[in-house]
Amino acid sequence: MENVIHHRSLTKPLNRAIGMVAMVAMTFLGLLLVTFLIGRVVPIDPVLAVVGDKASAQVYERVRLELGLHLPLWQQFFVYIKAVLAGDFGVSVLTSRPVLEDIARVFPATMELAVIATLIGVFTGIPLGIFSAVKQGSLLDHLARITGLFGYSLPIFWLGLMGLMVFYAHLNLLPGPGRVDVFYENMVDPVTGFLLIDCILAGEWDIFRNALSHIILPASLLGYYSMAYLSRITRSFMIEQLRQEYILTARVKGIAEWRVIWGHALGNCRLPLITVIALSFGTLLEGSVLTETVFSWPGLGLYLTHSLLNADMNAVLGSTLVVGSIFLGINLFSDFLYKFLDPRAG
Amino acid sequence: MTDITDTNKVNPRRWLLSDAPTSAFQAWAGRVYSGCLDFSNNRLAVLGLSIIFLLILAAIFAPLIAPFDPILIDLRNRLQPMSASHFFGTDEVGRDIFSRIVFGSRLTLYVVGLVAIIAAPVGIVIGTISGYLGGKIDMLLMRITDIFLAFPKLILALAFVAALGPGIENAVIAIAVTSWPAYARIARAETLTIRNSDFIHAIKLQGAGPVRIITGHIMPLCVSSLVVRVTLDMAGIILTAAGLGFLGLGAQPPSPEWGAMTSSGRAYILDYWWLITLPGTAIFIVSLAFNLLGDGLREVLDPKKEN
Repeated sequence: MENVIHHRSLTKPLNRAIGMVAMVAMTFLGLLLVTFLIGRVVPIDPVLAVVGDKASAQVYERVRLELGLHLPLWQQFFVYIKAVLAGDFGVSVLTSRPVLEDIARVFPATMELAVIATLIGVFTGIPLGIFSAVKQGSLLDHLARITGLFGYSLPIFWLGLMGLMVFYAHLNLLPGPGRVDVFYENMVDPVTGFLLIDCILAGEWDIFRNALSHIILPASLLGYYSMAYLSRITRSFMIEQLRQEYILTARVKGIAEWRVIWGHALGNCRLPLITVIALSFGTLLEGSVLTETVFSWPGLGLYLTHSLLNADMNAVLGSTLVVGSIFLGINLFSDFLYKFLDPRAG
Repeated sequence: MTDITDTNKVNPRRWLLSDAPTSAFQAWAGRVYSGCLDFSNNRLAVLGLSIIFLLILAAIFAPLIAPFDPILIDLRNRLQPMSASHFFGTDEVGRDIFSRIVFGSRLTLYVVGLVAIIAAPVGIVIGTISGYLGGKIDMLLMRITDIFLAFPKLILALAFVAALGPGIENAVIAIAVTSWPAYARIARAETLTIRNSDFIHAIKLQGAGPVRIITGHIMPLCVSSLVVRVTLDMAGIILTAAGLGFLGLGAQPPSPEWGAMTSSGRAYILDYWWLITLPGTAIFIVSLAFNLLGDGLREVLDPKKEN
């Protein structure tokens, strides 16, 4: 994992913070430039996308001026930056609503999925990594390694389809695609946008159970990928720690083995682990594009692919920018953790 | 001298493993030999290599192996289960799935090969220049790399495909665009460790310019860690390409791309399991093979990093 920000010898915390913000601002500007350029090389005429191909030449010309397409490219870029900073990502051709509004509506579904998947990944992957580090070469270690390898090699969309085929079509244990059964749809007020929380707030336990049974499969699949990654990293972090002399000291002092492992060694892995969990959360947002398509999960990933297939460029670039910014935020967060919370990074 | 030629005749193994090689060739051959020994001890890595070898054979001899035309539609024989004539059954328009998977190996190798050929050289050039020259150029190049790294790979690839239009060539370009920054970072890190070594100073004193130093002396030393990384990435590249195909943005029908095959079989998932199961298994096996090979290569070429 390459972190976005790399520091020279800035000693004062304030300077450090300013340097960090400047770096992030530059990277964000680069992000904007990339999405802007992608938007310009697209073979879709943005004017036609707005007015349709039956519009007269006058209407066409007026819209072209409105969109600022007569300006030189660098000026258009400034217009674009201004618009994005003001929260204006343009209007989606598909839904005829502002893209940002659309994203705000679909994003909680993705977050809900990614949060539960991360929880699954953390609570399975980290213990697995610890056990395989402590018992290197054991059967469990080998099993963990194979599980991890499979996680790196299985196409997520295929695993999702296989899961649906087995648990939904054949065993009938789990419901099919979607966030909730059709007849429960739109029955709970979207207070937070997180369906499970909204159900609890509304006291709708039937819908809650239904929604939970819908989220289990996609969240477990995404969680599996997170587990594969986290167990591998945890294992190498722990092996690194268990080699250190302070572990030997602790053991010689007669501290119980479980405390040496879960307290001393794991305690020292805490910070890098939080970083890694944050990064894997970002990867899950990415993985959600394919998972949401398989499970018809009405989140950002599905929104993005729908827009893509309908050549709705504003929506595509808006979603790309949002996910990119979240990534940037996660990177910033993990760097922040290192720079300010780790006493050694002074 | 005579002693060595004697042992050479008697025991080539001892010649290869000699502690005191007398020529650059002997040293090189010895290193390759002990590398191969280490590699062949890793049974999983050998398994991975064999699978990839089989894949390459399947791609080369696809017309001989496949019993049917992979894009020939035969509606009378649609959705046939596995049988002696159709090993893996037929799909929704009666095409033989086994033949399609065999021909699909060509597309997989095409994507993986092209991405490696495009992204690795770009990464190595940018990384070594950045690391060797340092200063403002380094700052600028690394900032550009960071921008690309800030995007999640699949999302950026999707945005590029949206701009370029769907198709396997555009998928290759999109994946290559998202792959090079990681290689540039690795090449730069290697360059930084090599830059100040004595042999580089010695070459400099002999009057070699930066172009010669970078291309002749630094790049070759970056190759091994890059090979490991590219091999490990191949699994990811295959999965991304299949994902794009699955979304309908990669290879277009009727081409027998494994991801696209999975996608078109989706509608038949309830009753005709073989439509999606088999192409997906092919994707899984091949990316697993690249992961196994990459792990094995890492142990041989890069003993510093473990796990």
